[in-house]
Parts: sequence; C-alpha cells; structure tokens
Amino acid sequence: MATITVEGKEVEVDEEGYLVNLSDWFPEVATEMAKIDEVEMGDDHWDIINFLREYYEEYQIAPAVRVLTKAVAKKLGKEKGNSKYLYELFPYGPGKQACKFAGLPKPTGCV
Amino acid sequence: MSDGIKKFMFVNTKAPYGTVYALESLEVVLISAAFDQDVSLVFCDDGVFQIMDKQNTEASGMKNFSNAYKALGDYDINKLYVEKESLEERGLTLDSLMDLTYEDEDDDWAEKPSINLVSRAELADLMDQQDVVISS
Repeated sequence: MATITVEGKEVEVDEEGYLVNLSDWFPEVATEMAKIDEVEMGDDHWDIINFLREYYEEYQIAPAVRVLTKAVAKKLGKEKGNSKYLYELFPYGPGKQACKFAGLPKPTGCV
Repeated sequence: MSDGIKKFMFVNTKAPYGTVYALESLEVVLISAAFDQDVSLVFCDDGVFQIMDKQNTEASGMKNFSNAYKALGDYDINKLYVEKESLEERGLTLDSLMDLTYEDEDDDWAEKPSINLVSRAELADLMDQQDVVISS
C-alpha cells in the first residue's frame, strides 16, 4: 500500500492517490497532495475543498462534477459555479482532483 | 425515441442493509444520471425501507447511506415511485419516509416533492412505458 508523508505522519493512499481511510484527513494532507500534483493551494481552492467535505458529511457521497458545479453556483455564486473556473483551480478535474485533496472517495457518477 | 434518450426504471425491492443490493443500485442510478437519460426509481416490497426516515444503523455496524437519497434531486433524478400496497402491508405511510425533494429549474427553482405514491396497478402501467427496467 502506498503512503504519503504529511508532517512526519504516514498516511495511506490507494493507487490513484485517494485516502484509504477518510478519517486520516487533516488540512495539511490536502496541501501535501496538492504539492504532489503541482497545484498551488489558495483560498479559492479551500472554498471548494471545504464545500466538498460539507457535502460529503451531509449526503455521504462525493458529488459528480456536474452536481458540484451546480451546487457551488448556488452557494458561492455563478462566477465560481462554472466548469471553466473549477477546472482552472483543479486542472485534473474538479470532481476527481478536489475530492482527492478533500480526502473523499472518487466521486459517484463521474465517468 | 430518436434523440437517444431512453426511459430507465430502477426497481428496488430489498431492505437497505443485510445485502449490498440497495447501495449498489443507488450507485448505478447516480452513475446513470451522468448519461442524461430519463431515470426513475421504484420502491416496492421491502425496498420501501430504503427511504425510511431516521435510519439508525449503529447496531448493525453498517454505514448509514440513507442521506445519499437526498442527493438524488441534485442529480436531476426526481421521479421516485413508492408502491402504496407495499407501504400498507408494512404498516407504513408516506410520513414514515424521508422528505425527498428536488428544485424545479423551470419553476424558479421551487422545491418540489420527488416521491409519488402509486398503486400496484399504476406501477404496472409505468413499467410498461419503460425502455429498460432494472430490478434489484
């Protein structure tokens, strides 16, 4: 099993880099994953990651990118709830990459 | 239909925990939503227990995934049919079920109920209109 090291702690990840145990997440895990993917984390990234974690907490699923886009538009406004903006933040796909940073499983309904 | 949209009906007949059928079916339903098809869900027989309100799975050690049904509206899946006879046979009413809603894009995002109570005979008619019926 692969691991990444965050602040001296070994955290287990699967072959695609997603956390094996959701409970292992803490904010620095996201920062470390972003470093591996060469994404510089800013407040805009954290808005989406926090949003995803809240969504998962409530619905127990990681939303598909289409659903994420719509929900972000509703909560954070149209200028953020569009796929161009979200892909700029997360070039490997706002669903897959942002969910990974947020410590969630791969989104349900992303194909 | 000529535009490539087919009518898919997913029929849920089993209790939510104890087997993986309910969870697996829900996953397939959420994935199917990505393909812009006409998707509806049926809850009949013990399947009505899947959308019961206030589920508590602590004693069973299973993950309570019932809140995921509340995300169906976000996925534009808003045709949920509950068979009246199945509810009655189990001493349940609509009030026993979760409040599942969707926001109607064509009506200023008004929140509307997704659950439709149908009789066994009405359900048979609905099934007759489908291109694909998948039961679990």
